[in-house]
Amino acid sequence: MNSVLPEKLKNIGIIVIGASAGGVEALGNILASVSSPRRVPIVVVMHLSPDEKSLLPELFASKTGLLTREVEDKDPIHPGVLYFAPPNYHLLIERGEFFSLNVDEPVNFSRPSIDTFFDSTAEIFGSRALGIILSGANDDGARGLATIAAAGGMGVVMDPAQAAVATMPQRAAEECPGALVLGAEEIRNLLNEF
Amino acid sequence: MSSADERAELGVESLNALLDTILKRYGYDFRQYSQASLRRRLTQALPRLQCKTFDELKDLIVSDGDAFRKLLPQITVSVTEMFRDASFFRALRELVVPHLRTYPSLKIWIAGCATGEEAYSLAILLKEEGLLDKTLIYGTDINLNALEKAKAGIFSHQQMRQATEAYQKAGGTKEFSSYYHSDYSSSVISATLRSKIVFTDHSLVTDSVFSEVQMVLCRNVMIYFDRQLQDRALGLFDEALCRRGFLAIGPKESIRFSKLHKLYSVVSESEKIYQKGI
Repeated sequence: MNSVLPEKLKNIGIIVIGASAGGVEALGNILASVSSPRRVPIVVVMHLSPDEKSLLPELFASKTGLLTREVEDKDPIHPGVLYFAPPNYHLLIERGEFFSLNVDEPVNFSRPSIDTFFDSTAEIFGSRALGIILSGANDDGARGLATIAAAGGMGVVMDPAQAAVATMPQRAAEECPGALVLGAEEIRNLLNEF
Repeated sequence: MSSADERAELGVESLNALLDTILKRYGYDFRQYSQASLRRRLTQALPRLQCKTFDELKDLIVSDGDAFRKLLPQITVSVTEMFRDASFFRALRELVVPHLRTYPSLKIWIAGCATGEEAYSLAILLKEEGLLDKTLIYGTDINLNALEKAKAGIFSHQQMRQATEAYQKAGGTKEFSSYYHSDYSSSVISATLRSKIVFTDHSLVTDSVFSEVQMVLCRNVMIYFDRQLQDRALGLFDEALCRRGFLAIGPKESIRFSKLHKLYSVVSESEKIYQKGI
Protein backbone atom coordinates (compact mmCIF):
# COMPACT_ATOMS: atom_id res chain seq x y z
CA MET A 1 0.00 0.00 0.00
CA ASN A 2 1.32 3.48 -0.84
CA SER A 3 1.53 6.54 1.39
CA VAL A 4 -1.70 8.10 0.11
CA LEU A 5 -3.74 5.46 1.86
CA PRO A 6 -3.58 6.38 5.53
CA GLU A 7 -5.24 9.77 4.87
CA LYS A 8 -7.99 8.21 2.83
CA LEU A 9 -8.52 5.55 5.47
CA LYS A 10 -9.17 8.09 8.20
CA ASN A 11 -11.91 9.52 6.07
CA ILE A 12 -13.82 6.30 5.47
CA GLY A 13 -17.34 6.44 6.90
CA ILE A 14 -18.90 3.35 5.31
CA ILE A 15 -17.73 0.04 3.90
CA VAL A 16 -19.94 -1.48 1.20
CA ILE A 17 -19.46 -4.99 -0.07
CA GLY A 18 -20.99 -6.70 -3.10
CA ALA A 19 -20.95 -10.39 -3.90
CA SER A 20 -22.81 -13.20 -5.58
CA ALA A 21 -21.82 -16.85 -6.19
CA GLY A 22 -19.09 -17.81 -3.74
CA GLY A 23 -19.83 -14.66 -1.79
CA VAL A 24 -20.82 -16.22 1.52
CA GLU A 25 -17.52 -18.07 1.68
CA ALA A 26 -15.55 -15.00 0.63
CA LEU A 27 -17.33 -12.83 3.16
CA GLY A 28 -16.66 -15.35 5.90
CA ASN A 29 -13.03 -15.30 4.91
CA ILE A 30 -12.56 -11.55 5.07
CA LEU A 31 -14.55 -11.19 8.28
CA ALA A 32 -12.71 -13.98 10.08
CA SER A 33 -11.05 -12.46 13.15
CA VAL A 34 -12.58 -9.08 12.39
CA SER A 35 -12.18 -6.74 15.34
CA SER A 36 -15.11 -5.70 17.43
CA PRO A 37 -16.52 -3.19 18.32
CA ARG A 38 -16.10 -1.25 15.10
CA ARG A 39 -16.18 2.42 14.15
CA VAL A 40 -17.52 2.08 10.65
CA PRO A 41 -20.68 0.34 9.43
CA ILE A 42 -20.34 -2.47 6.88
CA VAL A 43 -23.17 -3.03 4.40
CA VAL A 44 -23.32 -6.21 2.34
CA VAL A 45 -25.32 -6.71 -0.84
CA MET A 46 -25.41 -10.39 -1.68
CA HIS A 47 -27.42 -11.81 -4.57
CA LEU A 48 -29.96 -14.12 -2.98
CA SER A 49 -33.06 -16.06 -3.94
CA PRO A 50 -36.02 -13.63 -3.90
CA ASP A 51 -38.40 -16.17 -2.42
CA GLU A 52 -36.58 -17.26 0.68
CA LYS A 53 -35.75 -15.55 3.93
CA SER A 54 -32.07 -14.70 4.16
CA LEU A 55 -30.08 -16.55 6.81
CA LEU A 56 -27.07 -14.29 6.46
CA PRO A 57 -27.66 -11.95 9.41
CA GLU A 58 -27.99 -14.88 11.78
CA LEU A 59 -25.10 -16.78 10.23
CA PHE A 60 -22.71 -13.86 10.41
CA ALA A 61 -23.78 -12.80 13.89
CA SER A 62 -22.51 -16.11 15.20
CA LYS A 63 -19.47 -16.20 12.90
CA THR A 64 -18.20 -12.74 13.71
CA GLY A 65 -19.67 -11.68 17.04
CA LEU A 66 -20.75 -8.47 15.35
CA LEU A 67 -24.19 -6.92 15.64
CA THR A 68 -25.90 -7.83 12.38
CA ARG A 69 -29.14 -6.63 10.85
CA GLU A 70 -31.14 -7.21 7.73
CA VAL A 71 -31.98 -3.69 6.62
CA GLU A 72 -35.50 -2.41 7.05
CA ASP A 73 -36.80 0.65 5.31
CA LYS A 74 -35.64 3.95 6.94
CA ASP A 75 -33.17 2.17 9.28
CA PRO A 76 -30.52 4.61 10.49
CA ILE A 77 -26.93 3.63 9.63
CA HIS A 78 -25.18 2.92 12.90
CA PRO A 79 -21.41 2.55 13.27
CA GLY A 80 -20.19 -0.92 14.10
CA VAL A 81 -23.17 -2.80 12.65
CA LEU A 82 -22.93 -5.37 9.85
CA TYR A 83 -25.94 -4.76 7.61
CA PHE A 84 -27.35 -7.06 4.95
CA ALA A 85 -29.57 -5.94 2.09
CA PRO A 86 -32.87 -7.86 2.19
CA PRO A 87 -33.63 -10.12 -0.78
CA ASN A 88 -35.87 -8.84 -3.55
CA TYR A 89 -35.49 -5.12 -2.80
CA HIS A 90 -33.04 -2.53 -4.10
CA LEU A 91 -31.10 -0.87 -1.30
CA LEU A 92 -30.50 2.88 -1.29
CA ILE A 93 -29.12 5.51 1.07
CA GLU A 94 -30.93 8.77 1.80
CA ARG A 95 -29.45 12.17 2.55
CA GLY A 96 -29.29 12.16 6.34
CA GLU A 97 -27.52 8.79 6.14
CA PHE A 98 -30.26 6.25 6.56
CA PHE A 99 -31.39 3.37 4.39
CA SER A 100 -34.36 3.17 2.10
CA LEU A 101 -35.68 0.31 0.00
CA ASN A 102 -37.40 0.17 -3.32
CA VAL A 103 -39.05 -2.42 -5.54
CA ASP A 104 -38.03 -1.23 -8.98
CA GLU A 105 -37.28 -3.67 -11.79
CA PRO A 106 -34.24 -5.89 -11.31
CA VAL A 107 -31.05 -4.44 -12.82
CA ASN A 108 -29.14 -7.03 -14.86
CA PHE A 109 -31.56 -9.58 -13.41
CA SER A 110 -30.45 -8.59 -9.91
CA ARG A 111 -32.54 -7.21 -7.09
CA PRO A 112 -30.80 -6.09 -4.92
CA SER A 113 -28.44 -4.63 -7.47
CA ILE A 114 -24.91 -3.96 -6.28
CA ASP A 115 -24.53 -1.22 -8.92
CA THR A 116 -27.66 0.53 -7.65
CA PHE A 117 -26.47 0.43 -4.05
CA PHE A 118 -22.91 1.48 -4.84
CA ASP A 119 -24.25 4.40 -6.95
CA SER A 120 -26.35 5.52 -4.01
CA THR A 121 -23.40 5.12 -1.63
CA ALA A 122 -21.17 7.20 -3.93
CA GLU A 123 -23.80 9.94 -4.07
CA ILE A 124 -24.20 10.24 -0.31
CA PHE A 125 -20.78 9.24 1.03
CA GLY A 126 -18.51 10.22 -1.87
CA SER A 127 -14.89 10.12 -0.76
CA ARG A 128 -15.89 8.55 2.56
CA ALA A 129 -16.93 5.31 0.88
CA LEU A 130 -14.90 2.12 0.63
CA GLY A 131 -16.35 -0.36 -1.85
CA ILE A 132 -15.33 -4.02 -2.03
CA ILE A 133 -16.23 -6.57 -4.71
CA LEU A 134 -15.82 -10.25 -3.85
CA SER A 135 -16.76 -13.38 -5.76
CA GLY A 136 -19.56 -13.77 -8.30
CA ALA A 137 -20.66 -14.92 -11.75
CA ASN A 138 -21.91 -11.69 -13.29
CA ASP A 139 -20.61 -8.14 -13.55
CA ASP A 140 -22.99 -6.47 -11.13
CA GLY A 141 -21.00 -3.99 -9.07
CA ALA A 142 -18.27 -3.29 -11.64
CA ARG A 143 -19.81 -0.01 -12.73
CA GLY A 144 -20.83 0.83 -9.17
CA LEU A 145 -17.28 0.40 -7.89
CA ALA A 146 -16.06 2.74 -10.62
CA THR A 147 -18.69 5.26 -9.51
CA ILE A 148 -17.42 5.13 -5.93
CA ALA A 149 -13.85 5.63 -7.16
CA ALA A 150 -14.95 8.54 -9.38
CA ALA A 151 -16.59 10.18 -6.36
CA GLY A 152 -13.25 10.06 -4.55
CA GLY A 153 -13.87 6.90 -2.53
CA MET A 154 -11.76 3.74 -2.36
CA GLY A 155 -12.28 0.67 -4.50
CA VAL A 156 -11.10 -2.81 -3.57
CA VAL A 157 -11.45 -6.00 -5.54
CA MET A 158 -10.82 -9.49 -4.19
CA ASP A 159 -7.99 -11.16 -6.06
CA PRO A 160 -9.81 -13.11 -8.80
CA ALA A 161 -7.35 -15.97 -8.26
CA GLN A 162 -8.72 -16.32 -4.72
CA ALA A 163 -12.39 -15.87 -5.58
CA ALA A 164 -14.54 -19.00 -5.94
CA VAL A 165 -16.04 -17.41 -9.06
CA ALA A 166 -13.69 -14.89 -10.66
CA THR A 167 -15.99 -13.09 -13.12
CA MET A 168 -17.27 -10.41 -10.76
CA PRO A 169 -13.95 -9.26 -9.32
CA GLN A 170 -12.32 -9.50 -12.76
CA ARG A 171 -14.95 -7.29 -14.37
CA ALA A 172 -14.77 -4.87 -11.45
CA ALA A 173 -10.99 -4.62 -11.78
CA GLU A 174 -11.37 -3.90 -15.51
CA GLU A 175 -14.06 -1.29 -15.04
CA CYS A 176 -12.31 0.34 -12.07
CA PRO A 177 -8.59 0.34 -12.89
CA GLY A 178 -7.77 2.33 -9.76
CA ALA A 179 -9.15 -0.39 -7.49
CA LEU A 180 -6.74 -2.27 -5.25
CA VAL A 181 -6.63 -6.00 -5.99
CA LEU A 182 -6.18 -7.67 -2.62
CA GLY A 183 -6.09 -11.21 -1.28
CA ALA A 184 -8.44 -12.25 1.50
CA GLU A 185 -5.85 -11.72 4.21
CA GLU A 186 -5.05 -8.22 3.01
CA ILE A 187 -8.75 -7.34 2.93
CA ARG A 188 -9.10 -8.73 6.44
CA ASN A 189 -6.27 -6.49 7.62
CA LEU A 190 -7.74 -3.51 5.82
CA LEU A 191 -11.10 -4.01 7.52
CA ASN A 192 -9.42 -4.06 10.88
CA GLU A 193 -8.21 -0.51 10.28
CA PHE A 194 -11.76 0.61 11.01
CA MET B 1 -18.22 23.55 0.91
CA SER B 2 -16.35 21.00 -1.24
CA SER B 3 -17.24 20.91 -4.92
CA ALA B 4 -18.85 17.50 -4.36
CA ASP B 5 -21.03 19.05 -1.68
CA GLU B 6 -21.82 21.97 -3.99
CA ARG B 7 -22.90 19.58 -6.73
CA ALA B 8 -25.01 17.73 -4.19
CA GLU B 9 -26.68 20.97 -3.05
CA LEU B 10 -27.51 21.88 -6.64
CA GLY B 11 -28.85 18.41 -7.18
CA VAL B 12 -31.21 18.78 -4.23
CA GLU B 13 -32.25 22.27 -5.29
CA SER B 14 -33.05 21.31 -8.84
CA LEU B 15 -34.93 18.21 -7.70
CA ASN B 16 -37.00 20.30 -5.31
CA ALA B 17 -37.66 22.88 -8.03
CA LEU B 18 -38.90 20.10 -10.30
CA LEU B 19 -41.19 18.73 -7.58
CA ASP B 20 -42.56 22.21 -6.87
CA THR B 21 -43.35 22.64 -10.56
CA ILE B 22 -45.11 19.27 -10.69
CA LEU B 23 -47.20 20.25 -7.70
CA LYS B 24 -48.11 23.73 -8.94
CA ARG B 25 -48.83 22.68 -12.49
CA TYR B 26 -50.43 19.25 -12.07
CA GLY B 27 -51.39 18.94 -8.41
CA TYR B 28 -49.27 15.86 -7.63
CA ASP B 29 -47.28 16.31 -4.44
CA PHE B 30 -44.07 14.25 -4.38
CA ARG B 31 -42.27 16.55 -1.96
CA GLN B 32 -42.53 14.06 0.89
CA TYR B 33 -41.47 11.06 -1.11
CA SER B 34 -38.21 9.37 -0.22
CA GLN B 35 -35.69 11.24 -2.35
CA ALA B 36 -33.26 8.42 -3.13
CA SER B 37 -35.92 6.41 -5.01
CA LEU B 38 -37.45 9.48 -6.59
CA ARG B 39 -34.09 10.75 -7.77
CA ARG B 40 -33.26 7.33 -9.22
CA ARG B 41 -36.53 7.08 -11.12
CA LEU B 42 -36.36 10.66 -12.38
CA THR B 43 -32.75 10.18 -13.49
CA GLN B 44 -33.80 7.11 -15.45
CA ALA B 45 -36.71 9.05 -16.96
CA LEU B 46 -34.51 11.91 -18.25
CA PRO B 47 -33.20 10.27 -21.45
CA ARG B 48 -36.67 8.89 -22.22
CA LEU B 49 -37.92 12.48 -22.35
CA GLN B 50 -34.85 13.79 -24.17
CA CYS B 51 -33.65 15.77 -21.15
CA LYS B 52 -30.23 15.90 -19.54
CA THR B 53 -30.98 17.58 -16.22
CA PHE B 54 -33.85 18.02 -13.77
CA ASP B 55 -33.94 21.70 -14.75
CA GLU B 56 -34.50 20.75 -18.39
CA LEU B 57 -37.20 18.30 -17.34
CA LYS B 58 -38.89 20.98 -15.26
CA ASP B 59 -38.90 23.38 -18.20
CA LEU B 60 -40.30 20.68 -20.46
CA ILE B 61 -43.22 19.59 -18.33
CA VAL B 62 -44.28 23.05 -17.26
CA SER B 63 -45.64 23.57 -20.77
CA ASP B 64 -45.96 20.03 -22.15
CA GLY B 65 -48.79 18.06 -20.56
CA ASP B 66 -48.12 15.02 -22.75
CA ALA B 67 -44.56 14.90 -21.49
CA PHE B 68 -45.85 14.97 -17.93
CA ARG B 69 -48.31 12.18 -18.68
CA LYS B 70 -45.36 10.15 -19.97
CA LEU B 71 -43.34 10.99 -16.88
CA LEU B 72 -45.90 10.29 -14.20
CA PRO B 73 -46.14 6.51 -14.50
CA GLN B 74 -42.35 6.35 -14.41
CA ILE B 75 -42.33 8.04 -11.02
CA THR B 76 -45.26 6.16 -9.52
CA VAL B 77 -45.01 2.74 -11.10
CA SER B 78 -44.90 -0.03 -8.54
CA VAL B 79 -43.55 -3.40 -9.61
CA THR B 80 -45.82 -5.99 -8.11
CA GLU B 81 -46.61 -9.71 -8.49
CA MET B 82 -49.48 -11.92 -7.45
CA PHE B 83 -49.00 -13.66 -4.10
CA ARG B 84 -45.68 -11.88 -3.56
CA ASP B 85 -44.33 -13.04 -0.20
CA ALA B 86 -45.99 -16.43 0.09
CA SER B 87 -45.48 -16.44 3.86
CA PHE B 88 -47.59 -13.29 4.18
CA PHE B 89 -50.58 -14.91 2.50
CA ARG B 90 -50.14 -18.03 4.62
CA ALA B 91 -50.12 -15.85 7.73
CA LEU B 92 -53.30 -14.08 6.54
CA ARG B 93 -55.04 -17.41 6.15
CA GLU B 94 -53.93 -18.74 9.52
CA LEU B 95 -53.98 -15.69 11.75
CA VAL B 96 -56.37 -13.15 10.28
CA VAL B 97 -59.08 -15.03 8.37
CA PRO B 98 -60.50 -16.67 11.52
CA HIS B 99 -61.21 -13.18 12.88
CA LEU B 100 -62.57 -11.88 9.58
CA ARG B 101 -65.12 -14.70 9.63
CA THR B 102 -66.81 -13.13 12.65
CA TYR B 103 -67.89 -10.01 10.74
CA PRO B 104 -71.28 -9.96 8.92
CA SER B 105 -69.68 -8.04 6.08
CA LEU B 106 -66.13 -7.04 5.20
CA LYS B 107 -64.58 -4.00 3.66
CA ILE B 108 -60.87 -4.22 2.89
CA TRP B 109 -58.68 -1.36 1.67
CA ILE B 110 -55.59 -2.02 -0.41
CA ALA B 111 -53.73 1.28 -0.46
CA GLY B 112 -51.29 1.68 -3.34
CA CYS B 113 -52.79 -1.24 -5.30
CA ALA B 114 -50.93 -0.41 -8.57
CA THR B 115 -51.99 -2.88 -11.29
CA GLY B 116 -54.12 -4.92 -8.90
CA GLU B 117 -52.11 -8.09 -8.33
CA GLU B 118 -52.40 -7.94 -4.56
CA ALA B 119 -56.13 -7.18 -4.73
CA TYR B 120 -56.73 -10.20 -6.96
CA SER B 121 -54.53 -12.39 -4.78
CA LEU B 122 -56.56 -11.37 -1.74
CA ALA B 123 -59.85 -11.95 -3.57
CA ILE B 124 -58.74 -15.46 -4.49
CA LEU B 125 -57.72 -16.20 -0.91
CA LEU B 126 -61.05 -14.92 0.43
CA LYS B 127 -62.99 -16.92 -2.14
CA GLU B 128 -61.23 -20.10 -1.04
CA GLU B 129 -62.04 -19.26 2.56
CA GLY B 130 -65.70 -18.70 1.71
CA LEU B 131 -65.53 -15.01 2.59
CA LEU B 132 -65.54 -13.28 -0.79
CA ASP B 133 -69.34 -13.02 -1.10
CA LYS B 134 -69.62 -10.76 1.91
CA THR B 135 -66.54 -8.71 1.03
CA LEU B 136 -65.89 -5.52 -0.87
CA ILE B 137 -62.26 -4.72 -1.66
CA TYR B 138 -61.18 -1.14 -2.37
CA GLY B 139 -58.01 -0.88 -4.43
CA THR B 140 -56.66 2.67 -4.51
CA ASP B 141 -53.67 4.34 -6.19
CA ILE B 142 -52.68 7.68 -7.71
CA ASN B 143 -51.52 6.12 -10.97
CA LEU B 144 -54.52 6.20 -13.32
CA ASN B 145 -52.81 4.01 -15.95
CA ALA B 146 -52.20 1.33 -13.34
CA LEU B 147 -55.81 1.56 -12.13
CA GLU B 148 -57.13 1.07 -15.68
CA LYS B 149 -54.96 -2.03 -16.02
CA ALA B 150 -56.10 -3.25 -12.62
CA LYS B 151 -59.78 -2.86 -13.57
CA ALA B 152 -59.27 -4.80 -16.77
CA GLY B 153 -57.63 -7.66 -14.87
CA ILE B 154 -55.62 -8.69 -17.93
CA PHE B 155 -52.26 -10.37 -17.44
CA SER B 156 -49.75 -12.04 -19.72
CA HIS B 157 -49.33 -15.82 -19.87
CA GLN B 158 -45.95 -15.43 -18.25
CA GLN B 159 -47.42 -13.46 -15.38
CA MET B 160 -50.06 -16.15 -14.88
CA ARG B 161 -47.41 -18.87 -14.86
CA GLN B 162 -45.46 -16.98 -12.18
CA ALA B 163 -48.71 -16.33 -10.31
CA THR B 164 -49.59 -20.05 -10.34
CA GLU B 165 -46.27 -20.94 -8.75
CA ALA B 166 -46.53 -18.18 -6.17
CA TYR B 167 -50.15 -19.15 -5.40
CA GLN B 168 -49.06 -22.72 -4.67
CA LYS B 169 -46.20 -21.55 -2.44
CA ALA B 170 -48.71 -19.41 -0.57
CA GLY B 171 -50.72 -22.50 0.35
CA GLY B 172 -53.23 -22.50 -2.50
CA THR B 173 -54.58 -25.95 -3.27
CA LYS B 174 -57.18 -25.39 -5.95
CA GLU B 175 -56.78 -25.24 -9.71
CA PHE B 176 -55.38 -21.75 -10.15
CA SER B 177 -56.55 -21.74 -13.76
CA SER B 178 -60.13 -21.65 -12.51
CA TYR B 179 -59.59 -18.03 -11.55
CA TYR B 180 -58.97 -16.71 -15.05
CA HIS B 181 -59.76 -17.24 -18.72
CA SER B 182 -57.07 -17.35 -21.37
CA ASP B 183 -56.94 -16.68 -25.05
CA TYR B 184 -53.95 -16.94 -27.35
CA SER B 185 -52.40 -13.69 -26.16
CA SER B 186 -53.33 -13.09 -22.52
CA SER B 187 -55.47 -13.99 -19.54
CA VAL B 188 -58.37 -12.18 -17.86
CA ILE B 189 -59.23 -12.60 -14.21
CA SER B 190 -62.70 -14.11 -13.79
CA ALA B 191 -65.62 -11.72 -13.56
CA THR B 192 -66.67 -13.06 -10.14
CA LEU B 193 -63.40 -11.92 -8.65
CA ARG B 194 -63.38 -8.61 -10.49
CA SER B 195 -66.89 -7.79 -9.34
CA LYS B 196 -65.80 -7.72 -5.70
CA ILE B 197 -63.09 -5.11 -6.19
CA VAL B 198 -63.55 -1.38 -6.69
CA PHE B 199 -60.45 0.27 -8.14
CA THR B 200 -60.42 4.01 -7.62
CA ASP B 201 -57.95 6.85 -7.43
CA HIS B 202 -56.95 8.15 -4.04
CA SER B 203 -53.88 9.98 -2.80
CA LEU B 204 -52.34 9.20 0.56
CA VAL B 205 -50.72 12.64 0.40
CA THR B 206 -53.85 14.74 0.04
CA ASP B 207 -57.03 12.70 0.46
CA SER B 208 -59.02 11.64 3.49
CA VAL B 209 -60.60 8.41 4.62
CA PHE B 210 -63.52 7.24 2.50
CA SER B 211 -64.88 4.25 4.39
CA GLU B 212 -64.60 2.29 7.59
CA VAL B 213 -62.79 -0.96 6.89
CA GLN B 214 -61.91 -4.16 8.73
CA MET B 215 -58.48 -4.48 7.14
CA VAL B 216 -55.92 -2.28 5.42
CA LEU B 217 -53.10 -3.65 3.28
CA CYS B 218 -50.38 -1.18 2.35
CA ARG B 219 -47.34 -3.20 1.41
CA ASN B 220 -44.17 -1.88 -0.20
CA VAL B 221 -45.84 1.50 -0.73
CA MET B 222 -44.60 3.45 2.26
CA ILE B 223 -41.00 2.63 1.36
CA TYR B 224 -41.42 5.44 -1.18
CA PHE B 225 -42.54 7.94 1.46
CA ASP B 226 -40.48 9.95 3.93
CA ARG B 227 -41.23 9.60 7.64
CA GLN B 228 -43.75 12.44 7.73
CA LEU B 229 -45.75 11.05 4.87
CA GLN B 230 -45.58 7.58 6.39
CA ASP B 231 -47.09 9.08 9.53
CA ARG B 232 -49.88 10.69 7.54
CA ALA B 233 -50.64 7.44 5.75
CA LEU B 234 -50.67 5.47 9.00
CA GLY B 235 -52.97 8.12 10.45
CA LEU B 236 -55.42 7.60 7.59
CA PHE B 237 -55.33 3.84 8.05
CA ASP B 238 -55.90 4.22 11.77
CA GLU B 239 -58.91 6.45 11.10
CA ALA B 240 -60.34 4.01 8.57
CA LEU B 241 -59.86 0.90 10.65
CA CYS B 242 -62.63 -0.30 12.93
CA ARG B 243 -61.60 -1.33 16.41
CA ARG B 244 -59.89 -4.76 16.24
CA GLY B 245 -59.27 -4.19 12.55
CA PHE B 246 -56.08 -5.41 10.88
CA LEU B 247 -53.20 -3.49 9.34
CA ALA B 248 -50.63 -5.20 7.13
CA ILE B 249 -47.53 -3.48 5.81
CA GLY B 250 -44.54 -4.67 3.80
CA PRO B 251 -42.09 -7.16 5.35
CA LYS B 252 -39.28 -4.62 5.50
CA GLU B 253 -41.43 -1.71 6.69
CA SER B 254 -42.20 -0.60 10.21
CA ILE B 255 -44.85 1.17 12.26
CA ARG B 256 -42.59 1.60 15.25
CA PHE B 257 -41.55 5.15 14.38
CA SER B 258 -45.16 6.30 14.35
CA LYS B 259 -46.77 7.54 17.54
CA LEU B 260 -49.72 5.32 16.66
CA HIS B 261 -47.82 2.10 17.05
CA LYS B 262 -48.73 1.86 20.73
CA LEU B 263 -52.37 1.42 19.75
CA TYR B 264 -51.66 -1.76 17.82
CA SER B 265 -50.74 -5.24 18.93
CA VAL B 266 -48.57 -7.56 16.89
CA VAL B 267 -50.36 -10.41 15.13
CA SER B 268 -47.25 -11.47 13.20
CA GLU B 269 -43.86 -9.90 13.83
CA SER B 270 -42.27 -11.42 10.75
CA GLU B 271 -45.17 -10.68 8.39
CA LYS B 272 -45.85 -7.18 9.79
CA ILE B 273 -49.52 -7.78 10.56
CA TYR B 274 -51.01 -5.71 13.38
CA GLN B 275 -54.37 -5.48 15.12
CA LYS B 276 -55.85 -2.22 16.33
CA GLY B 277 -57.07 -1.58 19.81
CA ILE B 278 -56.43 -4.80 21.67
